[in-house]
Amino acid sequence: MPFIPHTEEDVRQMLEVIGAGSIDELFDEIPADLRIDGLKKAPPGISEMEISRIMRERAAQDGGALNFIGAGAYEHHIPAAVWEITTRGEFYSAYTPYQAEASQGTLQLLYEYQTMIASLMGMEVSNASLYDGATALAEAILMSVRVNRKSSSRRVLVPGALHPIYRKVVHTLTHRQGIELVEIPFNQKTGLIDMATLEPWQNQDNTAVVINQPNFFGQLEAADQITDWAHANQSMVIAVVNPLAMSLLKPPGQWGKQGADIACGEGQPLGAPLSSGGPYYGFMTCRQAIVRQMPGRIVGKTVDMDGKSGYALTLQAREQHIRRSKATSNICTNQGLVVTASTIYMSIMGAKGLQQVASACHSNQRKLVAELQNISGVRVRFSGPAFHEVVLELDCEISGVLRSMSAHGIQAGYDLSDEYPDLKGCLLVCATETKTNADIKRYVELLERVIRLQSEVPCPVKPKLS
Amino acid sequence: MLIFEKSSTGRQAGGQAPANQIEAGDIPASMLRKDKPTLPEVSELQAVRHYTQLSQKNYSIDTQFYPLGSCTMKYNPRACNSLAMLPGFLGRHPLNQNSVSQGYLGCLYELQEILADVTGMRKISLAGMAGAQGEFAGMSMIRAYHQARGDDNRTEVLVPDAAHGTNPATAIMCGMKVREIPTNKKGDVDLEVLRTMVGPQTAGLMLTNPSTLGVFERRIMEISKTIHEAGGLLYYDGANLNAILGKARPGDMGFDVIHLNLHKTFSTPHGGGGPGAAAIGVGERLEPYLPVPHVVKEGEDCRWADENDIPDTIGRLSAFGGNAGVLLRAYVYIRMLGREGMQRVAEFATLNANYLMKRMKENGFDLAFDGRRATHEFIVTLKRQAKEHDATAMDYAKRLLDYGHHAPTTYFPLLVPECLLIEPTETEDKDTLDNFANAMRLIDEEARMNVETLKTAPVSTPLRRVDDVKAARELNLIWRPDQIDEQADNKVA
Repeated sequence: MPFIPHTEEDVRQMLEVIGAGSIDELFDEIPADLRIDGLKKAPPGISEMEISRIMRERAAQDGGALNFIGAGAYEHHIPAAVWEITTRGEFYSAYTPYQAEASQGTLQLLYEYQTMIASLMGMEVSNASLYDGATALAEAILMSVRVNRKSSSRRVLVPGALHPIYRKVVHTLTHRQGIELVEIPFNQKTGLIDMATLEPWQNQDNTAVVINQPNFFGQLEAADQITDWAHANQSMVIAVVNPLAMSLLKPPGQWGKQGADIACGEGQPLGAPLSSGGPYYGFMTCRQAIVRQMPGRIVGKTVDMDGKSGYALTLQAREQHIRRSKATSNICTNQGLVVTASTIYMSIMGAKGLQQVASACHSNQRKLVAELQNISGVRVRFSGPAFHEVVLELDCEISGVLRSMSAHGIQAGYDLSDEYPDLKGCLLVCATETKTNADIKRYVELLERVIRLQSEVPCPVKPKLS
Repeated sequence: MLIFEKSSTGRQAGGQAPANQIEAGDIPASMLRKDKPTLPEVSELQAVRHYTQLSQKNYSIDTQFYPLGSCTMKYNPRACNSLAMLPGFLGRHPLNQNSVSQGYLGCLYELQEILADVTGMRKISLAGMAGAQGEFAGMSMIRAYHQARGDDNRTEVLVPDAAHGTNPATAIMCGMKVREIPTNKKGDVDLEVLRTMVGPQTAGLMLTNPSTLGVFERRIMEISKTIHEAGGLLYYDGANLNAILGKARPGDMGFDVIHLNLHKTFSTPHGGGGPGAAAIGVGERLEPYLPVPHVVKEGEDCRWADENDIPDTIGRLSAFGGNAGVLLRAYVYIRMLGREGMQRVAEFATLNANYLMKRMKENGFDLAFDGRRATHEFIVTLKRQAKEHDATAMDYAKRLLDYGHHAPTTYFPLLVPECLLIEPTETEDKDTLDNFANAMRLIDEEARMNVETLKTAPVSTPLRRVDDVKAARELNLIWRPDQIDEQADNKVA
């Protein structure tokens, strides 16, 4: 029996101790009409060898493409040591460290993580992680409403150049608490927030302003100015940033005169594989003065009864298992295992390593753009510097281009047409440090060919299904 | 010793970062970072050794018995991990074209179908990132259902007083009010009181069955009739599904929406506090509101269903449709168990719990609900020991660590004084259960002979009992380079 150790003799002895005639008898408190006679549709069990075969075939079916998609999930090299250590049973199969004495490994690691991510953000404190970048932003918005007592509007200004899925997730998670999200449109030339577009909101009651750096289009916002504008208008500043980019770019804690109040985002670029979208983790950091309004688990340093240094979950009075209906959030689980990987990743890379990766990403994006300049029918949509992603405008329909490129082994980018009517014919492309000059050349050559064919006959290459 | 204290300026794990010069290209200087973040500067070996040594300071399922009630700490099969981490799955971008996603989507589609069978629900979405998100989705759907019918005043959610803290916290996040239902002496919801609480304000009921008290809610059909007749809907918290897997189904009990913790019943790792994953199931009434995305199959091909397919959906819960890698682990686990294997899970989890409960009773411990069957877990109350010897549930829990067992859940559910909630799971053998029962008997003797042994426990863990008050009062949440630690144990770390 898979994963069940009992021998027939064990079962006999155990039933005897219990005083029951059969295992079935142990279910006698379930009303008879609710008992089912086995499952009907679930398939019969198979061996590890058989499921391994199935999974290998399926993984192979999806694998092997050269990936140029970013859009919130980024391919980076992850040192082999990272997941080797992370999947050690002592990390992998431990529970939330409520019993501090039996969980010092996880607790110290989380304390180290909090230090690393807070420092990367230039912020004072961090929690031990949330689910993902999108939910972290939703929690940051709810937190700003609790913190900003000067504001009663529950109105939050959100950039148009924010990840469209983030906006949807934030809406799902906050609208039942009366949060109003107001979209600040981006400038059609730069893809950025214009200070002029903020003017109608000057001297209004806005609880918080969200600044996305780099923004969804890869462009770099004037974070200093927007931060100062928000603070001058009694709004809180919520930064949602790519943590890898913050090794190179000015981090949220240093924006403007006072810095952002909360900085959050998707932790995936720091050591988590693309893995079809998860598990990733959301990070959240803030000013120490408002830490008691921060959701999620937090680890603090303390001593044991002998005075020896150690770590424990702290400020638990904020959390649902103590405060129940008055908790800061309903969140219970975090993404401990992915944070473990991320902490090991940051340790191995160090500040210099992260800067090298970030710099290589930026440089690859520029190489890609430089090569694409030579193709007719392709334009870079926005002016100004971008980090490792860029918006291309093509003269043909994007979905057809993506299908054709995919059929030739390249995942070519994210189609912006559906979410942004203004950006019809626009494609978001990412080149991280994993792309070689040959990869970039292959991308450019294939794109050129596909565009040429498309302009002759619409979508000549049939998508190749499985 | 912290990793930062092992750091030396200028050291780097060679061969991991691209060997390029750090250049900012066309990014203006005003946008660049001037300082260097506080990250360790260590060799690869230093990092590997540091984190390997840290891992050894944890108790885990792989190293200890971990009878943590309501958490279902069963063995996490290694195959689930290695197969979910095949390069084809790890390298797949969540926004890949459909034609190169069929392997992954196929696994998810089958997982949805199997979970629908297991729960008796019509449709499953795998978008929830953790149990609390499953709850949130469930309550949002209930709210959306009432609003669509113009029933705007149904904002009251009934929650048993024994419920997990996420239940009331979730109801508030969904803009609802919470009322607690009392539990009777036998551990069942007090149905007579419940009948007086329902009315035109009732949005629904949140219930875990088997309940957090380690017993099956026997009058569930009357409860569900009461709620439905009052116009409310029923939400099932699947935290304890392990007890009834393949034996009874929430869909047959009248529940309109459910969530399952895949990290409990379906053995995906707890990982030191996550990632979790919540499967969300709906019956007919709530089907139009199911969270997106979820996988649909058309002919031979699978694709994501989104807002265009389900216009009344409550929306998205996560950026990319759930914790994909966790879902794959659950899928592998379910395929290996198959339909018979899943039924065996409930059978042997229940056998283990009832056996251990009986052994505890023989050893003189008081059961919270004596005379009831244990489900997959049961509660011991140490009220008597606390009164007679000043030995609390926490003291027993800490002393158990010295006997090489992780502690059971303590002080939950809140309504049983000095309680230990004990869940052995089906993957533990009889000898392990006997060892645990013996350890508890010895600790009980220690409590009688010299309670100090308990009060000063644990003595064998890397750290002795920690000062939680100091942690909260003198907040120290991050390390600073000027922080000198004379108390650190430099020998071990």
